Amino acid sequence: MSDPTHLSLAEARDALASKQLSAVELARAHIDAISKSRALNCFITETPEVALAQAQESDARIARGDARPLEGLPLGIKDLYCSKGVRTTAGSRILDDFTPTYESTVSANLLRDGAAMLGKLNLDEFAMGSSNETSAFGPVVSPWRRAADPDAKIVPGGSSGGSSSAVAARLCLGATATDTGGSIRQPAAFTGTVGVKPTYGRCSRWGIVAFASSLDQAGPITRTVRDAAIMLRSMAGHDPKDTTSVDAPVPDYEAAVGASVKGRRIGVPKEYRIDGMSAEIAALWDKGAAWLKDAGAEIVEISLPHTRYALPTYYIIAPAEASSNLARYDGVRYGCREQGRDVSEMYEKTRAAGFGPEVRRRIMIGTYVLSAGYYDAYYVRAQKVRSLIKRDFDEAFASGVDAVLTPATPSTAFAQGEKGSADPVEMYLNDVFTVTVNMAGLPGVAVPGGLAANGLPLGLQLIGKAFDEETLFSLAAAIERAAPKIELPQPWWREG
Amino acid sequence: MSVDSATVRRIAHLSRIAIEDSEVERLRGELNAILAFVETLSEVDVDGVEPLTSALPMQMKKRADVVTDGGIADEILANAPLREDHYFVVPKVIE
Repeated sequence: MSDPTHLSLAEARDALASKQLSAVELARAHIDAISKSRALNCFITETPEVALAQAQESDARIARGDARPLEGLPLGIKDLYCSKGVRTTAGSRILDDFTPTYESTVSANLLRDGAAMLGKLNLDEFAMGSSNETSAFGPVVSPWRRAADPDAKIVPGGSSGGSSSAVAARLCLGATATDTGGSIRQPAAFTGTVGVKPTYGRCSRWGIVAFASSLDQAGPITRTVRDAAIMLRSMAGHDPKDTTSVDAPVPDYEAAVGASVKGRRIGVPKEYRIDGMSAEIAALWDKGAAWLKDAGAEIVEISLPHTRYALPTYYIIAPAEASSNLARYDGVRYGCREQGRDVSEMYEKTRAAGFGPEVRRRIMIGTYVLSAGYYDAYYVRAQKVRSLIKRDFDEAFASGVDAVLTPATPSTAFAQGEKGSADPVEMYLNDVFTVTVNMAGLPGVAVPGGLAANGLPLGLQLIGKAFDEETLFSLAAAIERAAPKIELPQPWWREG
Repeated sequence: MSVDSATVRRIAHLSRIAIEDSEVERLRGELNAILAFVETLSEVDVDGVEPLTSALPMQMKKRADVVTDGGIADEILANAPLREDHYFVVPKVIE
């Protein structure tokens, strides 16, 4: 087989099953690609020896006819998921050389089903960022380049930027990611990959470093819709260790890929046509609607009147929850510690040294909106607006809409240093189309829609009813079939 | 609403994050930019609206009140920056 890193996850699975390829060959091809692609800075920790040991076991299982659903498929794991015995950083200095003594439920599910782990993927610090520039381990670079400006280093989106870049550059067949306000879908859209944020509760959050617990959800980034369906089926499922994880059977998502979308009603929300939307994004959105219409779906205009309040609501609720969750980093139980005259000074110096500027900023905002005298004006009001945002979706779905179609991002990817250096809010605006979905706990998928004039990928987003990921997989597959195929540039990032 | 430099210092202390005097002005500007951005929520009519406490309707799960875990002190202490026997070591708290 020429280069097995060019297979999709589904193709690799079939090649392993028919013994055209061994799991060790497949793992070695990816390990080799990773070792030659360090210019992208996708991995914080590479674990080739782990992947090879797992691949050897997979070959033995395949030989005796005992293959599991993901047998021998090498994946990358976002470094927000705790890996037993492997350093886990959350992209932060404060965790130092924290080495979990346990495995997150979602990554354990993938390993249970036979997947191999190639390493831990870079991310924005504590998943706070939209460009992977807040990582304490340096920014990740996208394999994509602007046609007119090929030397500019393009961001892979964030916070799951290591995941999106590694999947796009074929360093792994798929990757785990997490999404609190768009951190799966925005990086997928920026890199021409597929990203699925499942319904809140579909995947266990246990063992994933917490950011904002009422919004966080695990999901996959892959190169095809089918691959995402295969991964999600293994990742999802009830976990008694997460009280918000849902005790409901996990459907065979792959069966929904290729199912007819005839007669499905797709809502197009007029409030997403924001002021200053580029003509290119508007045209992409129209094309997406036309592709679904050609596949037999019906397009209807809907109204989600509180859309414009979603991002401000997010920037109260997410920092509030983060300030509570990140209180645990105190230099006592794990991570780094700075010395102080007393325990309070030890906390303050440890947290000043360990957290980067964006994380410090969000903890401070969260502390402020929860503090006495401001709690009602900010936090309680935001929770009320969140109810209204969710009600908008409830009413749209009650009116007979099966899913909602929007652009995934307001622009293509940008270059390092281009956004947010003067005003943090400029970076936050990246999530304007994705953050509503987390507010309402709904599932969403980003799927490639073609290339912009600057040569960078553009993505469309589909939003579904709670626990109806199957409809999203069917619709996303219809867009994937209709959209122009996008080709990565020559692998300029490879050494040797 | 916007914050002054005294409030920035108070928030930093509540957050248990040490800040230098030279950082206060910059932080004040950044925090005020975010507070100005979220100010738009004050125009929403939220009369009679319940705050959302759970993204999706869920019953709180219950289980039998029995010990299901424990006896792993070594694991719990494995990543501590400073430990002695089965204790975390911190600077003196009580004088």
